[in-house]
Amino acid sequence: MAYNLKEEMNKTERFHSGHRLCAGCGAGIVCRAMMRAVDPEDKAVICNATGCLEVSSFQYPFTAWEDSYIHTAFENASATASGVEAAYNVMRRKGKLDPSRKFKIIAIGGDGGTYDIGFQSLSGALERGHDFTYFCYDNNAYMNTGTQRSSATPRFASATTTPAGIESVGKKQNQKDLTQIVVAHGSPYAAQTTLFGNLKDFHEKAHRAIYTEGPTFVNVLTPCPRGWQYPAEDLAAICRAAIDTCVWPLYEVVEGEYRLTYEPKKKLPVEEFMKMQGRFAHCFKKGNEWTIEAAQEYVDKKWEELLQKCGR
Amino acid sequence: MSIRERLSGNEAIATAMRQINPDVFAMFPITPSTEIPQYFAQYVADGKVDTEFICVESEHSSLSACLGAEAAGCRAVTATSSAGLSFMNEVLYVAASARMPIVLAVSCRALTGPININHDYSDSMAERDSGFIQLYAENNQEVYDNYLMAHRIAEHPSVRLPLMVCEDGFITSHAIENIELEEDEAVKAFVGEYKPEHYLLKAENPLAVGPYGISSYYMEARVAQARAMINARQVILDVAADFEKTFGRSYGFFEAYRMEDAELAMVLMGSSAGTAKAAVDGLREQGIRAGLIKLRVFRPFPAEELAEALKGCRAVAVMDKSEGFSAAGGPLFAETCGACINLETRPKLIDIVYGLGGRDFTVDAARSVYQRLETIVRTGETGPVYSHMGQRE
Amino acid sequence: MARSAKDINEQIPWRELTTGCEIYEPGTSRLTKTGEWRSKTPEWIEEKCKQCLLCAPFCPDASIPVAEGKRGDFDFDHCKGCGICIKVCPFDAIRWQE
Repeated sequence: MAYNLKEEMNKTERFHSGHRLCAGCGAGIVCRAMMRAVDPEDKAVICNATGCLEVSSFQYPFTAWEDSYIHTAFENASATASGVEAAYNVMRRKGKLDPSRKFKIIAIGGDGGTYDIGFQSLSGALERGHDFTYFCYDNNAYMNTGTQRSSATPRFASATTTPAGIESVGKKQNQKDLTQIVVAHGSPYAAQTTLFGNLKDFHEKAHRAIYTEGPTFVNVLTPCPRGWQYPAEDLAAICRAAIDTCVWPLYEVVEGEYRLTYEPKKKLPVEEFMKMQGRFAHCFKKGNEWTIEAAQEYVDKKWEELLQKCGR
Repeated sequence: MSIRERLSGNEAIATAMRQINPDVFAMFPITPSTEIPQYFAQYVADGKVDTEFICVESEHSSLSACLGAEAAGCRAVTATSSAGLSFMNEVLYVAASARMPIVLAVSCRALTGPININHDYSDSMAERDSGFIQLYAENNQEVYDNYLMAHRIAEHPSVRLPLMVCEDGFITSHAIENIELEEDEAVKAFVGEYKPEHYLLKAENPLAVGPYGISSYYMEARVAQARAMINARQVILDVAADFEKTFGRSYGFFEAYRMEDAELAMVLMGSSAGTAKAAVDGLREQGIRAGLIKLRVFRPFPAEELAEALKGCRAVAVMDKSEGFSAAGGPLFAETCGACINLETRPKLIDIVYGLGGRDFTVDAARSVYQRLETIVRTGETGPVYSHMGQRE
Repeated sequence: MARSAKDINEQIPWRELTTGCEIYEPGTSRLTKTGEWRSKTPEWIEEKCKQCLLCAPFCPDASIPVAEGKRGDFDFDHCKGCGICIKVCPFDAIRWQE
């Protein structure tokens, strides 16, 4: 079924207005698109890790969700989803649910709740093979508490716990490659996407993940205007720069087989991505030129590795 | 018709679970509760239950999965001990505030350190303020009976709180004793079906669970939760009354053993009661008016009833099988003192911390406690209010 | 006990809260008028609009209503004025209000 934006936008909204995410927050775009990827005849249960999205999308008595939703804690969205999935299986087996009514189990967390504190519960749920899809809206830091570094923060980004200063050029470590760690679990479907174009890439990956049986994973680079320090209106341009510099390569892994889903016509230098954001401003100061070179070197290395995995 | 059997406490719990046939069991192993999911896994393997049995990667996840399953519309259970219960700590509070009536079996065991696998109440007492109802048992029969009553108490619409069925690690969990089991069908009929009004998988309307609560709502939510725990008092008694009518065994908030005219009393929980009862019997033969309160329900705490039971005593020893490190006594002592504070005349109260990490409690030791109480009454001197018993000096 | 989010407010007594602060209906967030947060306001220039709809999915606040394949004017009750739509429009059909 070919992607048709008009048809997508005609669908009933499943992540509603009135949530309290910051103006221009990428997570709002992610949730709307994620819920459009659930077929209209199906229902969903959303299991949300503590974070910006949770405090903003269900502040009593206001839920932004059209579907059932549960938040329990920061590190256990996958374990909570495991329980919901177990319940779905047993209730259907015992005849307690209408067999014609399908529910899709979706977990969603930020990078803190996914790469870091929620990593164990994610790994456990992937290993057990629950039929659910985990969406990570990766905004590269603990944004709900004020931009502390996470293992998803890229090297050289200034975060409030890795600030740039006379003796510091920001975070010292490169981003953890979580998508490939998920792939190593033997997940039947894992993908990276972000918010660009008409969201076709996002939609197709999200839909495929949701409708692939077993534990699937979609990692979405999700800009945060406050944490990344850029004007909110530039979100789409930042995402575009992330994919054109290959800072955030777009690919999917189906049953272990890698497939590149986007290759920039001209791979842009990494500074095109970095220069748009205040969190990298110190990299452009005299004497810090090496940071941009080092960032480029890392992106090139990862990109080459990915191309090889994709059989290029 | 009851069935006479010989079972350990763990197998008694597993048997009750098999009879109830819960929808979801999310397990993680830890000594000494591990046998419960092991027995249950065999029931699953043998087709005796149709429970969804999931082996998760931690206790934090086992309770989180139970929470997801319970919210989704299921009866969800798990079991744990010691560090496992501590690891669940965060989720215990979440489950209670979300008002999810999960039933959690706890084989009570010491907390580290040093690491120790034997019994005391360090684990369950550390979670006394989590919002879980807590039932304690002297022996395998009581553990089994408490488990049969657990779901009905937890799921009652005026309660809707999670519940811990506590047994003494190894002493009760592993010791094989005679037990009267009830027939599967009678148990199913007594426990009944779980039919929540709203659940995540309900097709007619969505359910949203676990919001952010601003200050304008938080206090009200906590008051409502506190009210649910108050409501649990009557529900516990009502379910016990129905249990007695159905199966013949009688339960209240506590067992008052030879308390009618007691001057000297001990307040304790769990398996130590058998030992203490032997001491009471011996003292009674000598004409000493000794009695015993064995607490079954710690949460909700039956303060009024306990004060009423103790008001005629002259001296009371509260036996704490956990060290609260308050430098002023253990948790059971604090609660008992609180219960008695407004009595017109109240007994002298002392706290004895004993039995930590599986340290033995003997009839002689129990007798020595009553001797101390006798001295207090005779001299009018309370002596040290907070002390330890059974350690080498 | 209140059954509906519209009946739950910061004045109701504790007995009126839903058990466990659950909510039993969809999308009650719409009752929150986040449009009040806006410091700048976008303006849709209908005559320039080609109805490509690229703006609609990029609105984090679901404030560009689409019906029968066509967008309408902004839902200013909820639009927070982030301006993402202005930048994604290929036809300059959205601008900041003066």
